[in-house]
This record gives sequence, C-alpha cells and structure tokens, in this order.
Amino acid sequence: MSGNFLPAVQLTESGRPVLQPNEIECFYLSSVDLLSEDEPSSIPFPHLKSRLLILTTHRLLCLPNSSSPNSSGAFAVPLAAISHIFSHKKSIKSMFASPRIRFQVSLTPDGRVSGNGSRSVVATIVVRGKGDCDAFLTKFWENWRARAWEDDGPAPGSSSGSAFGSNSASASAPASSGIYSSDGTVRMVGVAGILRKEQEMWESTDKSLQDAFQDLNALMSKAKEMVMLAEKMRQKLLSGSTSQTNASNDEEMGTKEEMQDWLLSVGIISPVTKESAGAMYHQQLSRQLADFVKVPLERAGGIVNLIDIYCLFNRARGTELISPDDLLKACLLWEKFDAPMFLRKFDSGVMVIQNKSHSDEEVFSKIKVLVTKPEALRAGISASDAARTLGVAPAMAKEHLLSAESMGLLCRDTSLDGIRFYINLFTEIDQDDMHLVKDHGVYASWIRVNHAP
Amino acid sequence: MQKLGEFKLPHFFNYPPYFTLQPVRDTREKQIQLWKDLILDYCKTQKVFVIGLEEEFPLFSNPVIERSLTHEARETFLAALVVEGRAEWMDKNHRKCLILWHRIQEWAEILVQFARDNGLEDGVVTIEEIRFGTESQGTDLQGIDRTILNRALKILEQKGKLVVFKGTSTDDEGVKFSL
Repeated sequence: MSGNFLPAVQLTESGRPVLQPNEIECFYLSSVDLLSEDEPSSIPFPHLKSRLLILTTHRLLCLPNSSSPNSSGAFAVPLAAISHIFSHKKSIKSMFASPRIRFQVSLTPDGRVSGNGSRSVVATIVVRGKGDCDAFLTKFWENWRARAWEDDGPAPGSSSGSAFGSNSASASAPASSGIYSSDGTVRMVGVAGILRKEQEMWESTDKSLQDAFQDLNALMSKAKEMVMLAEKMRQKLLSGSTSQTNASNDEEMGTKEEMQDWLLSVGIISPVTKESAGAMYHQQLSRQLADFVKVPLERAGGIVNLIDIYCLFNRARGTELISPDDLLKACLLWEKFDAPMFLRKFDSGVMVIQNKSHSDEEVFSKIKVLVTKPEALRAGISASDAARTLGVAPAMAKEHLLSAESMGLLCRDTSLDGIRFYINLFTEIDQDDMHLVKDHGVYASWIRVNHAP
Repeated sequence: MQKLGEFKLPHFFNYPPYFTLQPVRDTREKQIQLWKDLILDYCKTQKVFVIGLEEEFPLFSNPVIERSLTHEARETFLAALVVEGRAEWMDKNHRKCLILWHRIQEWAEILVQFARDNGLEDGVVTIEEIRFGTESQGTDLQGIDRTILNRALKILEQKGKLVVFKGTSTDDEGVKFSL
C-alpha cells in the first residue's frame, strides 16, 4: 500500500497537516493526482487521485481533498528524497492535456522513499484543477534548492549529503561540472553558452536591484527569524523554570509565566496566506483557526468574543494579518468540516465563538447561584458582577445575562444607575392572591432579606 | 408591611424590577397581570375612578426604593385594563383613564339593587342623592363618578327600567325607577 511507500502525514483534528519545526507552507494546488508513469512499475507507487497538494519548505504534502474528507490518509514526499525535477515541457500535447510535473524520487531497495536510496522512480503530478502550474514549478524548484530541511539537522529520510547523488550536489555548488546548471536547465557550451552566461549576469543584476526595493520581502524573511528567536526564548524559559523552581521567588515566577504566555501565543510558524493558498485560502484558514482557537476557548470557559479571537489570531500570525472579513468567512466554513466549535450571534448582534460542548445551562446555573445570594436579592447584579463570577469579559457577561433574562430566569431593573438584574420573582408570586407568600421558595427568601427589621 | 394610607401594599411593591417594564414577553405578561390586579384593588378600596397619566398617582412611584413607572409603562398597564374592559380611555391622547372596578353592567345591577333595598321600585331619587345621600353611604355607589353613573343609568333607561329627567340645573337631575 501507499502507506508503506510514502511517509504518512499527521493531521490535526480539523484536517490541517502537522508541520515540522520551521517548516513553512508555500503553495497550494487543489485537485491533483500523484502517480508514477513508469511502465512496467515494479515499485508500488500509489496512485493518489484528486488530492490537495501542499508544497512546504521541507515536503510535498498530499492531503485528502476537503470535499471528501474521509478518503484515506495523507502522505508526504520529503523534498530531501527528490533527486531531480524535470523542467516543464511545452508541446502541443501539453496544451490540451492537464499540465504535468515530473520529478524523480530516490528509493531504498525495499521500496521506501528515502534520500539515500539506490533506486529511483519518476513520479508525476497531474494538475486537474485550476492552478498556476508554472508558478508552482518555480516555487518547487526554489524550495528544493533552498534545502531548508538541512538547517534543522538531518530530516528523516536524508541521513547525509554524500549519499545523496550528484544532482543535488551540483545544485548546492553551481560551479561544479554536472550536467545541470544551478537553475536546473541543461548547461550550454560553446559561444551560445558564453552569450547565455552574459545574459544571465544581466538578469541577476536586474533582479538584485529589484530586490533592494522590496523591503517587504526582506521584512518577511526577518519575521521567520523573529519567530525562531521567540521559540528559543521560550525553550530557555521552560528549562529555566524547571531547574530553578525552588530557588526563584514568586514574583520572578509570575513575570516568567507572563513572558511564557506571550511567547506561547506566537505559535503559528506557518500562517496560511492568500498568496500561498489561492482559492483554498478560506478553507485552510478555517482549519488553522479551528486548531488555534481551541486553547483560548478552553481558557475562557467555552465561549470567546470574536473580536478577542481576531486580536489573538493576528498576534499569533505576526506578519500575515487577516482581515475581519476573512475571519468571519473562516468561521462560517467550520460547519462544512464539522469543527468542534461554531460561530454564534447573540440577539444584540455580538458574535462569539462557542465550543459545541459548551452548554448555556452551566452558565445559567452559575448565574442563578449568584442572583440568589442575599446581597444580590437586595440589590440585584450588574454585568460586571456577573463577569467577575463567570470569569469572562463584562460585555460577554451581559450577553449571558440577557439570554438568562430571555429564558425567564432573570428580570431587569432600569434606573439612573443603569441596568441591574434580579432573580425573576414574577413567576413566584401567586396571581390570584398577591399578598400570599409561600413559606418556601425564592419569593419568601427575597422578602426575608428585604423586609428584615 | 408597607402601607399607602389604609391600603396594604403587597411585598413585591418593593421589588425594583416591578417598576421596569420587562422586555421579555412571558415575564412582562405576568408583570402586567400583577399591575392590573394592584390598580383595580387600590381603586376599589380607595374609590378612585379616574387615573391621570401625567398626574401623581400613589401607586406609580415608590419612594422607598426610589423607583417610579415611566409614562410608557403606565400606559401599557392601563391599556391592558382597557383591553379587558376594566378601564376606558377618556380622551384620544390617553391622558386620562376611567377605571371600571365594576363594569358598567355591574354598576347598573348595583343601582337596581340600591333601588330595591331602599324601596324605590317606583320612586324618584336625585343624582345627588345617589352619589352622596345617606342611603348610599357605605355602599360602592357612594361618591360614584358622574360619567360612570350616567353610563349605567343609560343602560337601564334603554331597558325601560327608569327614566332620567332633567331639572333646571345639573344638581336637579333625577331618576324615576319603574322596576
């Protein structure tokens, strides 16, 4: 099966791939087939149909398409195992057929994809959906050549460079005498070669001039470093706090924890961007958001203001900020892949993200306990009183109070001091005899509190 | 127990939400019911026939908890009485409300009973005597509002049970029963 052949990719609950440290997603192609066109095929290369292809700095991820989330597993081709990428051939045939991208993968003798394999197989990507095939190929090349996986030490599948094959060696050292030049095209010789080299020099000068003005790109590449720095600091803090728990005093611990909290929230190393995801943008964003929201949602007791999430999410993303509109769309897409949370709109128009497991009953019972305390029986409660008890923001607490009111649990008192909420006694009072007070019940205890001598 | 003159107020008169018109329908319906009962009860015992919305009315504010009804709330509660036939607006702008703690039909029956009790089946009595005479003392008819009385008399007149005759002035108006 394909599981033996290609390494599997771990997915989050919402169906987003779990990335390796420092791995960044770069390009998305939807409706892609991955297969081997080698005939006869002695190698059981899987035929993966209509998948979502994600190119990262480290791997080529082949995920089940979002429209059929139950189709089996997600697999990856480590870029380290790719020994060659064939350039795109323009022909009459290619104008009518779906665009194809071919690359060569190294295999170990027992048929596993690996960087130091002795055998190889040519794999083909068939792009069936609408996607910028050329742009993908360019990015594919860039990432393959950038060899980002080597920065993190040997990635699984590529043990050392020496066994990697001559092609990759030529890629890292353009001056070497391989058949391929640095950009993957076949090296030209003779006068044509000299002319071409001249041309290339012109082009590269032009390019570096352009780059000089693209400050934003430079900033973006710095952003990764910043995230790495934050990660390092977090690691240090973690190791520090475990070793010195006894020695350090409480205050120091407090600031450390705070710092840690801040750093932990810089969590998203690979933000889904419009540039990389294209049409898939909102779907992928939606999944990423679902993964992200879990922690703040848990901390806030199952319900969070949408605005709070907007701030937290964008802070975690760092540079690739999203618009409120994108956030809203991402939230609305949760329905489609059965995320464990949903967007809820209160009657007042306030929007929140709520856990599906979160129940209003729990909140209502807390509110009920609060309003039946003697002090609340006498003077009612305000939104901020409820906020303190429920551990949520006052605006959120007010929404809870209003929904408790609409359930008939509470009723309001509007005065110059603003709105205060009381336990609803109207249901307790006997409609036939207004002076009658039952011995037990809320009305009786309300009278005891308010008419005590 | 709080009192308003001789009138015994219910406990919930000190419940602040009682003075805020509740926005939730179910709660508001119960609140309106309590207000209707309290207004009728108060008017009956205190012999109040007319409530002016823009005038001071003892029930509509509670100095103890510093709450009073808004104009909207007053109108809502009285309108609920009007719907039930226990009150009538006296003007288009809903500034004054006639409280019918007995419906007009009931008032007519009370008048007939009054005539029987005092042996007036074929007798004559003035309006003034009905309202302030010794015979009506201690009955609901004592101090009855002129508008309500006239309406009740008209019902009986249409049934042929009495004839209203006018004198030289309004004070001289009289009734001849023919039961």
